[in-house]
Amino acid sequence: MAAQLVFLGRLQDVAGAPSLPVSPGSLETVLAALPTELALAVLDERVRIALNGELITARGGIVLADEDELAFLPPVSGG
Amino acid sequence: MKTSWRSCRRSAGADVAIDVRLLTAPFNPGALIGPFTAAHPGLGGICTFVGEVRGADGVEALELSHYAPLTLPGMQALAEATAARFGLLGLLIVHRTGLLHPGEPIVCVSAAALHRRAAIDATDCTMDHLKSESWFWKRERRGGNWHWIEPRGDDYASLARWG
Repeated sequence: MAAQLVFLGRLQDVAGAPSLPVSPGSLETVLAALPTELALAVLDERVRIALNGELITARGGIVLADEDELAFLPPVSGG
Repeated sequence: MKTSWRSCRRSAGADVAIDVRLLTAPFNPGALIGPFTAAHPGLGGICTFVGEVRGADGVEALELSHYAPLTLPGMQALAEATAARFGLLGLLIVHRTGLLHPGEPIVCVSAAALHRRAAIDATDCTMDHLKSESWFWKRERRGGNWHWIEPRGDDYASLARWG
């Protein structure tokens, strides 16, 4: 049973993988369990986040349930 | 795996045909423009832009990644807004993802309108929005090493032209 973190762009290199299964829980708990470099990279204010395919603006209060997908989207490099 | 996503809609109110596609394999823009043009009898002007992978600066390959839940819906919304803004008859947006090599088309935008100015501006506007707002991440391989491409200030400046 797990939630999924998805890393786009250069965040994939920091994470070492395009996605990572994590234990469900609050975003704070999930981030605290990540390597420091990765946690700092996804906390960059320019990184947007999407929960189950929907962009969200406020990071506060996010709790990941089983099978949720939370994507971290760094600034796009253009089409 | 060869996958393509396509979103095609002819809206009920305004008679505008919107065709938005994400492709993972090489495509021939010319083969798309003929049918797109033929689908709009009575048009006054059609403007097409094709972007290709530059061979300059020792670039060996380009890789475009995206986030499926957002990318195609975002392109579809852009197409609908642009078609409405410029009063288009039709708008075609085709974008590659995956691994590309110099000389391969990345993007093709074609706008059909009753008048020249609307077709040209709609194509220009669509490209500026694709470059700065669509959910694509690019990295290029030079000298055997991959480098992520960071956003450029020019792209935001281009976007600002459209208010």
